Amino acid sequence: MTSSYTAYTVGAPLADTKAPAGPVAERWDTRRFEAKLVNPANRRKHTVIVVGTGLAGGAAGATLAEQGYHVVQFCYQDSPRRAHSIAAQGGINAAKNYRNDGDSIHRLFYDTVKGGDFRARESNVHRLAQISVEIIDQCVAQGVPFAREYGGLLDTRSFGGVQVSRTFYARGQTGQQLLLGAYQALSRQIAAGTVEMHARTEMLDLIVVDGKARGIVARDLVTGEISSHFADAVVLATGGYGNVFYLSTNAMNSNATAVWRAHRRGAYFANPCFTQIHPTCIPRTGDHQSKLTLMSESLRNDGRIWVPKARGDDRPAREIPEEERDYYLERIYPSFGNLVPRDIASRAAKNVCDEGRGVGPGGQGVYLDFADAIARMGRAKVEEKYGNLFDMYARITAEDPYETPMRIYPAVHYTMGGLWVDYDLQTTVPGLFAIGEANFSDHGANRLGASALMQGLADGYFVLPSTINDYLARNARPEPVDASHPAAESALRETRRRIERLLAVDGDRTPDSFHRELGELMWEYCGMARTEEGLRKALGRIPEIREEFWRRIKVPGSGEEFNQSLEKANRIVDYLELAELMCLDALHREESCGGHFREESQTPDGEAARDDERFAYAAAWEFAPGAAPVLHKEDLVFEYVHPTQRSYA
Amino acid sequence: MRLTLRVWRQKNPHTPGQMATYDVDNISADMSFLEMLDTLNEELILRGDDPVAFDHDCREGICGACSLVINGDAHGPERTTTCQLHMRSFSDGDTIDVEPWRASAFPVVKDLVVDRSSFDRIIQAGGYVSVPTGAAPDAHATPVPKADADFAFEHAECIGCGACVAACPNGSAMLFTSAKVNHLNVLPQGAPERETRVLDMVAQMDDEGFGGCTLAGECATACPKGIPLPSIAAMNKEWLRANRKAKR
Amino acid sequence: MALASRQDTAPSRKPPVRRPTGLRGFWGSTVGKKTVMAVSGLIMLGYLVAHMIGNLKIFFGTDEFNGYAHWLRTMGEPVLHYEWALWIVRVLLLAAVVGHAAAAYQLSRRDLRARPVAYAHKRRRASYATRTMRWGGIILLLFIVWHLLDLTTLTVNENAQAGRPYENVVATFSTWYGNTIYVVAMLAVGLHIRHGFWSAAQTLGVGNATRERFLKVTANLLALVLTVGFLSVPVAVMTGLVG
Repeated sequence: MTSSYTAYTVGAPLADTKAPAGPVAERWDTRRFEAKLVNPANRRKHTVIVVGTGLAGGAAGATLAEQGYHVVQFCYQDSPRRAHSIAAQGGINAAKNYRNDGDSIHRLFYDTVKGGDFRARESNVHRLAQISVEIIDQCVAQGVPFAREYGGLLDTRSFGGVQVSRTFYARGQTGQQLLLGAYQALSRQIAAGTVEMHARTEMLDLIVVDGKARGIVARDLVTGEISSHFADAVVLATGGYGNVFYLSTNAMNSNATAVWRAHRRGAYFANPCFTQIHPTCIPRTGDHQSKLTLMSESLRNDGRIWVPKARGDDRPAREIPEEERDYYLERIYPSFGNLVPRDIASRAAKNVCDEGRGVGPGGQGVYLDFADAIARMGRAKVEEKYGNLFDMYARITAEDPYETPMRIYPAVHYTMGGLWVDYDLQTTVPGLFAIGEANFSDHGANRLGASALMQGLADGYFVLPSTINDYLARNARPEPVDASHPAAESALRETRRRIERLLAVDGDRTPDSFHRELGELMWEYCGMARTEEGLRKALGRIPEIREEFWRRIKVPGSGEEFNQSLEKANRIVDYLELAELMCLDALHREESCGGHFREESQTPDGEAARDDERFAYAAAWEFAPGAAPVLHKEDLVFEYVHPTQRSYA
Repeated sequence: MRLTLRVWRQKNPHTPGQMATYDVDNISADMSFLEMLDTLNEELILRGDDPVAFDHDCREGICGACSLVINGDAHGPERTTTCQLHMRSFSDGDTIDVEPWRASAFPVVKDLVVDRSSFDRIIQAGGYVSVPTGAAPDAHATPVPKADADFAFEHAECIGCGACVAACPNGSAMLFTSAKVNHLNVLPQGAPERETRVLDMVAQMDDEGFGGCTLAGECATACPKGIPLPSIAAMNKEWLRANRKAKR
Repeated sequence: MALASRQDTAPSRKPPVRRPTGLRGFWGSTVGKKTVMAVSGLIMLGYLVAHMIGNLKIFFGTDEFNGYAHWLRTMGEPVLHYEWALWIVRVLLLAAVVGHAAAAYQLSRRDLRARPVAYAHKRRRASYATRTMRWGGIILLLFIVWHLLDLTTLTVNENAQAGRPYENVVATFSTWYGNTIYVVAMLAVGLHIRHGFWSAAQTLGVGNATRERFLKVTANLLALVLTVGFLSVPVAVMTGLVG
């Protein structure tokens, strides 16, 4: 069957030209050696803009400043310490093999490529595994208080989808502690005057001059002032776009504006349909729900997931006898059991709920039971390991998880897709780099647990600071630009016009109402399971919502003040465009892989069926003003990890 | 349930503010406090009024953005962040007062939003370990006794929300500052800058216009992360030690 | 504000901030001032313990009490001249009072400035002892002035006789206002010590999670013993036990 969709055109294939040839284990060394360097004395003459202060952005800003560059950094939060990396709970992977349990760089590389269902680039993933080791060293030296054993050495645990114990953690607040480490390193540079920090400032557009990224347009969220900022290179560390779904585990203000605006200015967007649905979130309670809360996947190490065997069994959990429970993950996947990768665990939960065996209000939940763990380890040990998660659960649901099993349900959590980048993490716009969740590079179609923190820090501390040198060295004397440059003027003008337009509609629907409507549509048709019919329906509906948005949106207040409704509405404009590309990408990829499950493409026993013949590529979409998007395929070559049907049985 | 809200409204830092009264209806006990405010804001927007501005982001109790004084208590009646406070803590017919953090070092930006950049500057004064990227020895090169690691972690949990300052009758930032000082000073990695860190951070805290500590203990009661009051004593000890030792 | 893309004058690293060191740095810091308050407070507390024990000698009669008062003046002889030891104590106490009061005054001004706007929703904050530290301190300062005029300089004590402290004490506690002033002040002392001792321990960094209970109990015990000890004298005079 050939693709019959006409909503896009296929352009020239795309290739990563930066990864050197040769053995995968030597590529990073080779690249670092081949990359040109900037003389330390000249570095202070270069300005680099970094947008975002999460793990990737905070680490990059601090490290570039340490190297001597002049860094101008932005975040929409009131402090760089609040970026949403802070909410990551479980841990960070590193191939330290401190446990002597057979781990190695190659195994982490292998696990990540396999876990990503063979849709990631081998060179990038191998580099990530190599660098993972240095990250832990760096963070410990910064004073990150990782969990330790009585001998004073670091403790590790195993984490969703792997069989070695390579995950370093700081109770259930690993992301917080790592982010504070990066924030402190950044703070040190701010104090030294090498980083100029603009908090409560949101990037609204990219300024491209002569084909190169030279600056951004940003809005001061307090005064509403829109201004342009210039640099020799721009780094986007703005995170993922999960908030397209309205309900997700992202922060309320996490948004896709920076990457989407960059996309509209020429950066290709890769694999937008690859979204991760996290299996262990707290189920929603009603229409008022504004966001979903994740419970760390580490809970699956000791908790057992089950539903009643019978449909519509509404007895309280404790009254359902053992033989009437279905520990479905342990049943279907005996060797990995409750530790199967996220996409598999999520889909299994959806399946049992679709069968009518879900628990809790609306039947949208499954049990995560710690009774056995408490019996085995004692309550004190469980409390030490998971206490804060249990507290959080109790606070949100008013149920005591020590007594009754938790109820969990999958929720949108992470987006593997993002701006297409080469091995240097440079997008298709020269001088524009994307790091962390904002790029598409390392996780393929599914991310393993505890790998997001690893990737964010690898990109920020180690990869970008090396590769950006090469670009800056090759562009040592860029033409000076300022706000009077036509490209800057037009970007500023367009941004102002957009804000004015939003304020001028004065309709009768709130920004949230549109966001919720879009989110429900996306969850229904572009969520855990996707069909051609559903995606076509969504693709038909999104332009209608967009049209209605511009007719009926109501944004109170003015643009020259602190205006949270305006911020929201402005982000929704971009969600309404990005959502369409996500659906298109999902529609064109007629295979199932990782987090992307097309019901048309499954094995007889209901597992995702990849189609390596036709789809072993990263889909990089080019924005074409006024025309259908152009698809550029980057073929993925697997020299070391040969694609197999993933099996966790 | 049906509630009456009295909310601080202030257009910007230069305009005086006042409490305004709103009635909200159909509030579910499962809503978070912020979702209740979302409901109010949806109504205000449709009525053509300015919605209430408040800081919030992760809504999971970890980013530290949310910052409301509810019925006189920072983060409200439960020991948690505002975003994790649920309406089941209130009863039908209640009148709830909602105010911003009050401290001269936290000027009001708009309505319930305050400027907490003074906290950032305290961290910038020394709340870090000077270790450039790439300069680190192997993570296992320096074992850290578990007790010290746990002590460091307990203090590193601070989310920088500022509830301690809001609750303190003197607007003091001692609990915040001490949390970071204690986190880093107990670790071997933080030892080389142990003295300068505490001296510089305390000096910056004073420069920002926070009040002094009278050990009223309100901060530790309000802290959603349970940073303990003895944290302040531990920092005082570090400060006195640094004064004896500082070779500057 | 638009930044030039390449700065002609590259930003230089800021030199490390130079903060005043030594005594100026110490006194300039809120923690330093609190340390002064803690140390001076403990000096005064130590004095109060000695003072209270001395007071109890009144129960052994006129001669013993007046003899004790005389000994205070000859203490340290022959190394020290007559009354020198007493003057050394007085100077030390004066320094403690001045340091304590000056630090308290400056810190209080600062605290009030740090919280200029009160919450509309009023709520009782902190314990009674904590909340009354400032007013209690002012009451105590006024009391000290009266107490010195009454029993040291004998300026305001009618029927005062120099060198007859026993009789002077009885005279003071034979008036309603003498008793009232004294009782109020001693209750203030108790409250002040209750929070002050524990607070001083925290300021000096002695407090930690394990000592918390011990320090609180000690603070309460000290407050109780001193208040009861001091109040026993006027009560004894009023009930005729001493007269």
